[in-house]
Amino acid sequence: MPDVPYLSLSSVSFARDDLPLFENVCIDLFPGDILQVEGPNGSGKTTLLRIISTALTATSGQLRWRGNPISSVRHGYLSDLLFMGHAPAVKASLTPAENLKWWRRMHADTSVWSDREILAKIGLQGFEDLPCYSLSAGQQRRVALARMLISSANVWILDEPFTAIDKQGVKLLEKLMASHVSNGGVIVLSTHQTLTLDNYKRMTLTAHAPGAAYAG
Amino acid sequence: MWTLFKQWFHKMGSPRWFYYATGRWLPWLGLVTLVCLVTGLIWGLAFAPEDAKQGNSFRIIYIHVPASMLAMAGYYVMAVAGAIGLIWKMKLADMVMKSAAPIGAALTAIGLFTGAIWGKPTWGAYWVWDARITSMLILLFLYLGVMALQYSYRSQDMANKASAILALVGTVNIPIIYKSVDWWFTLHQPATIKFTEASSMHPDMFRPLLLMIVGFYAFYTLVLILNTRVEIIQRERRTRWVGELMGEA
Amino acid sequence: MLAEGSLQTEAMPVVEGSGFTAVLQRDLLLAFRHRGDIASPLIFFVIAVTLVPLALSPDPEKLADLAPGIIWVMALLASLLSVEGLFQADFNDGVLEQMVISPQPLYLMVLAKVIVHWLVTGLPLTLTAPLLAMMLYLPATGYAPLLTGLLLGTATFSLIGAIGAALTVALRKGGLLLSLIVMPLYMPVLIFGASSVQRAIEGINVSGPLALMGAILAFAAVVSPLASAGALRISMHG
Repeated sequence: MPDVPYLSLSSVSFARDDLPLFENVCIDLFPGDILQVEGPNGSGKTTLLRIISTALTATSGQLRWRGNPISSVRHGYLSDLLFMGHAPAVKASLTPAENLKWWRRMHADTSVWSDREILAKIGLQGFEDLPCYSLSAGQQRRVALARMLISSANVWILDEPFTAIDKQGVKLLEKLMASHVSNGGVIVLSTHQTLTLDNYKRMTLTAHAPGAAYAG
Repeated sequence: MWTLFKQWFHKMGSPRWFYYATGRWLPWLGLVTLVCLVTGLIWGLAFAPEDAKQGNSFRIIYIHVPASMLAMAGYYVMAVAGAIGLIWKMKLADMVMKSAAPIGAALTAIGLFTGAIWGKPTWGAYWVWDARITSMLILLFLYLGVMALQYSYRSQDMANKASAILALVGTVNIPIIYKSVDWWFTLHQPATIKFTEASSMHPDMFRPLLLMIVGFYAFYTLVLILNTRVEIIQRERRTRWVGELMGEA
Repeated sequence: MLAEGSLQTEAMPVVEGSGFTAVLQRDLLLAFRHRGDIASPLIFFVIAVTLVPLALSPDPEKLADLAPGIIWVMALLASLLSVEGLFQADFNDGVLEQMVISPQPLYLMVLAKVIVHWLVTGLPLTLTAPLLAMMLYLPATGYAPLLTGLLLGTATFSLIGAIGAALTVALRKGGLLLSLIVMPLYMPVLIFGASSVQRAIEGINVSGPLALMGAILAFAAVVSPLASAGALRISMHG
């Protein structure tokens, strides 16, 4: 029985200008867990994910990584974190290969594959040297997915990762996620899509109703 | 001693406590302000001796000097409150900072305006690029910047943090700005213009000025508290204690 | 430590400081891709300076008198106009968010961005200045302090401007507001810069004000990335 959760949120609340968005969110995630955050628009899914990624600071409550409060292990946690937000964080005037190069330097890069191999894996063979603005929205999303192949981070936070991606892309992403958790990684994602993956946890945030429940 | 201070600091941080405590101080503070300003004004305008060179026009210093002093001090009040809000996440400090900005800007404007009125009989022009007046004008710009930033954010929390950073950067800059303006002025200065220095003033002129300065400080504190109280009621309107307060009223 | 289910891969510690060079190289590459954008502040600078003789008079003596001030004010405005976009693109495409939550120190990444901004605006502005100075009949003794001052001053402008850009990046109409909050902070640099050219023409030693400008630059280089990084973190809450 692993006693210490890999990632945990204890009674996390967020209020914008004293208006509570959600209150007392508690999550415990162990290696191999996938958590799908659901809820109607405006229920705070993105906010919750951005809090876990430390882009936002919670109004109250604590985020812990391997049992330690984030404030004391910030650098270690950030090195162990991969966050994909609404915007794909792809530079439109750079080529996919150049975007990769930039991420390799920003992330802890442990991948054994070359840029070309990675781009081939995400289905962008032949597009390596075109500027990203000439790619479709779905292809740009795929460029963003390449980060999952580069990074050695164990914690993946994915905000609506299936946006604009075609069927094969969805399959690819699910495969990446499955292999990540089978290696002991942790995933938190928000999506309205039903995942084809086995045994993932779900939690539902309710709009404007305090005390979102965690259904394990 | 330290724990006592921390307790007090914590208590001060509660908007509710601030509201009730200042409610008790207000009448006294108002009385002090009224007495100082009324006596100071009558004394300064009617009884203080006439200036040998400037005649009666010098009497505007009884407004100009205290307003200018408070304009400067007000910026530091704003910046310190902003820093406290930023570092210790104290909501009350944020409210004080937000309230301090328009008061400081108004005092700066009064300082500039009275300076211009004074300038006409003294220098023959409403506006002179004197070092102090120019610094004052830049100070007004700094105030306006903080206020503009404050009002352009939709989220109050963000507005407070952003304007606190700007106020702090401004504070760091103020000595540099003042030094540079001084240097610039000595470069271009025709060397004939000089304010009546407080130190060279006749004691009979100086005493009412001192009273006016005390009165302005009291007035500043009074307005700052009043402004902050309005801010507290607005920000805390959803809390029970404000609801009860409003119900009583 | 984890008892079981421990992870196969241990997260690699990220090399500190690699963020600085990564941002530096990427922004230089981006600037190269958008070569047209580099020219805009320069063209603005040249056109704006040209307006002055048209509005005032072509009298060489008058222009020579005003030349230091004109060039300095216009360089200030050109730098100000260009600084607005410093964080904008990164904010819009989500890269800024990634920088804020990356293990790399944000302080150094901001500094790298400012350095690139100066390389593509302040430096070309400085190099164009002698041409404009000639058109405005600046006396020969004014050139050296003009160049030195602009070199130091435009770097300070970029640094101070970064604070304003970071504070307004989350606002939709940040441009005008940015000018409003940044211009008062530019004033000491403008005063020392323009006056030192003036004094040099009058034959006075100007190493004093130029040294002061260097000191202001050094100070800004320390404080500005700190304030900008703080402001960027706040902007994430938008």
